[in-house]
Amino acid sequence: MPHRLVFRCARFFTAGLLLPVCAGGLPAEIVRHETSGRVSFESRWHPQSAAYAGQRSHAGGVVFEPEFYLEDHGGRSFNLAPFYRHDAGDPDRTHFDLREAYLLLYGDAANSEWELRLGVDRVFWGVTESRHLVNIVNQIDLVEHPYKEPKLGQPMAHLTFSGDWGTAEVFGLTYHRGRTFPGRSGRLRFPFVVDNDKVTYESDAKQWHLDLAGRYSRSFGPLDLGMSVFDGTSRDPFLIPDPDRSGEPALVPYYEQIRQFGLDAQLTAGSWLFKLEAIRRNGARNLLGVEEDYSASTFGGEYTFYSVSGSAVDLTLLSEWNYDGRRQYATNIFQNDFFLGARIAFNDVQSTEILASILRDADSSGQVLTLELNRRISDQWSLRLEAIALRGIQEVDLTYLTRRDSFVELNLIYNF
Amino acid sequence: MIRTCPARSPLAHVVPAAAVIACLGSSALARSDDASPEEIGLKIALEARERGDGFGNFTARQTMLLRNKQGRESRRQLRVRVLEVPGDGDKSMFVFDEPRDVKGTAFLIHSHRDKADDQWLYLPALKRVKRISSSNRSGSFMGSEFAYEDMSAQEVERFSYRYLRDEPCGELTCTVSERVPVDRKSGYRRQLVWQDKDEFRVWKVEYYDRKDSHLKTLTLGNYQQYLDRYWQAGEMTMVNHLTGKSTVLTWTEYEFRTRLNDRDFTRTGLQRVR
Repeated sequence: MPHRLVFRCARFFTAGLLLPVCAGGLPAEIVRHETSGRVSFESRWHPQSAAYAGQRSHAGGVVFEPEFYLEDHGGRSFNLAPFYRHDAGDPDRTHFDLREAYLLLYGDAANSEWELRLGVDRVFWGVTESRHLVNIVNQIDLVEHPYKEPKLGQPMAHLTFSGDWGTAEVFGLTYHRGRTFPGRSGRLRFPFVVDNDKVTYESDAKQWHLDLAGRYSRSFGPLDLGMSVFDGTSRDPFLIPDPDRSGEPALVPYYEQIRQFGLDAQLTAGSWLFKLEAIRRNGARNLLGVEEDYSASTFGGEYTFYSVSGSAVDLTLLSEWNYDGRRQYATNIFQNDFFLGARIAFNDVQSTEILASILRDADSSGQVLTLELNRRISDQWSLRLEAIALRGIQEVDLTYLTRRDSFVELNLIYNF
Repeated sequence: MIRTCPARSPLAHVVPAAAVIACLGSSALARSDDASPEEIGLKIALEARERGDGFGNFTARQTMLLRNKQGRESRRQLRVRVLEVPGDGDKSMFVFDEPRDVKGTAFLIHSHRDKADDQWLYLPALKRVKRISSSNRSGSFMGSEFAYEDMSAQEVERFSYRYLRDEPCGELTCTVSERVPVDRKSGYRRQLVWQDKDEFRVWKVEYYDRKDSHLKTLTLGNYQQYLDRYWQAGEMTMVNHLTGKSTVLTWTEYEFRTRLNDRDFTRTGLQRVR
């Protein structure tokens, strides 16, 4: 129920809003303010009949994402970015989130600079395209997209120091966000619905456990290096079967305490980009429910042909390999998967862009095919078309659970 | 940052002349008996660069009006920040305001005299900073008739020069020089540059593609002087002769020597930009 969802999040939102206000108040003497954002009208259609009872073949919805920005004379600023999706078919996909609500301060410290962000924010770590392995700070808003990993807002204090010696960041993460899951009538879900109301945690502090994270990054000429550590409540739930009130089978999320070390690197060499992400995670359960420390990596590269045969078109070829040391006991679909993609940028007035990709499971030969088209229609309107096809998915592959959920999606977006 | 003349700073083509002419009178420069056309061409470029030194930093607003052959128009709006880096290329940042679907997208360039530029792109929807290749020299900037290489710093070291002739340009007299890009990835075989002899302002550039056909012409106007020293064009029109398309770039709201400093041109600073 949307109302229940809103209510559940109310405490977190209050915390997120109060934190920056208490920390320094809203900036006085506003010298700049801006309102922008987008409204997106979406229609998603699944051509194949559903695998599980109650699932619909069509999802229609509207997303409203306004953004507000205030800046005072001293350069202090406040960002507010709420998010609301209404889904006509699946009440669990209808949700409200506070993507951002933070106060930003910065200044000089000797030969270095410092920056402090207080409140709800989103953080992106990493370099690869097919998967974002090291990117652990924010929870995934799974109902938004099955593969793209859009993120929920995370309450945090985020302090950055940087200088000639590199950039060091520390994060105090004050509240754990649960992953969103489609409801009974939604597609792209497990055979059983996930009941987020019965969520459990390894920590006695539950969602109030203080999670800590840090990252150090530095560039050496064309090479960018990042090292990160996260200690706290896992963002990936382990799902435990547990019948719901009416006795129907359901899944309950359980969040362990984990420690993760991450490494990301990119080498920019002419038209080549070489990329690597790797993690070591301790304290998480594998698919069998047994705690197993593991390593995982994503690496590959991309090459761009600029102005193909004298035209304005740029063609980028991407290739990445995803590996998870737990192999068949991995809790995600990237245990041994090869990614190939092509991005065509037309560089026209409408910024037309096409991305086509294949993610192929090397163990079971199942394929996830993706085609995406983006094009601006006018100064305000833009269009996005996406098709995802699941082919030859075997039972051993986790994607098997969603094997009948190929879809075509059309988005009409009004930007303001 | 549009830099239409061989200069390390975007303003290098735009400097007052009085003092300089005394030591390097432009007529003397053109008539100099023992200097070869190559030496004179390089001298003009170096002189223009020197005149642009010391601006510190500035911010401005750019409006691009894209027009196709049929006259259909499309508008781009962006904010520009430039920081002078003594001894190296400038650091510049472009922040998009329009079209609205790319609002907040920001583009950071650290240009260098002696090696490839470093470039980063900030995508606000993902909160992601991407380091991107700077090999894309000849591609179109935001669908306009300006190529990336027209938008980035025109470092003196990136061309070889040859002075051709003097020629009247409006009420002024201009030197006409040819410059040849050193970078093989450049989309141009050569460029012809018209610069007035009083202030070293660029009034016209003709671009010749790799097959040596006349591809584009840039005309500049509406010059204004800032800080009693630096001249800057208020309007730049790029016409593509092959496609019939054109782009008019208008500069407004110049502010020099603002609070900007080095920390605003880092990855962290890029993510702060709104």
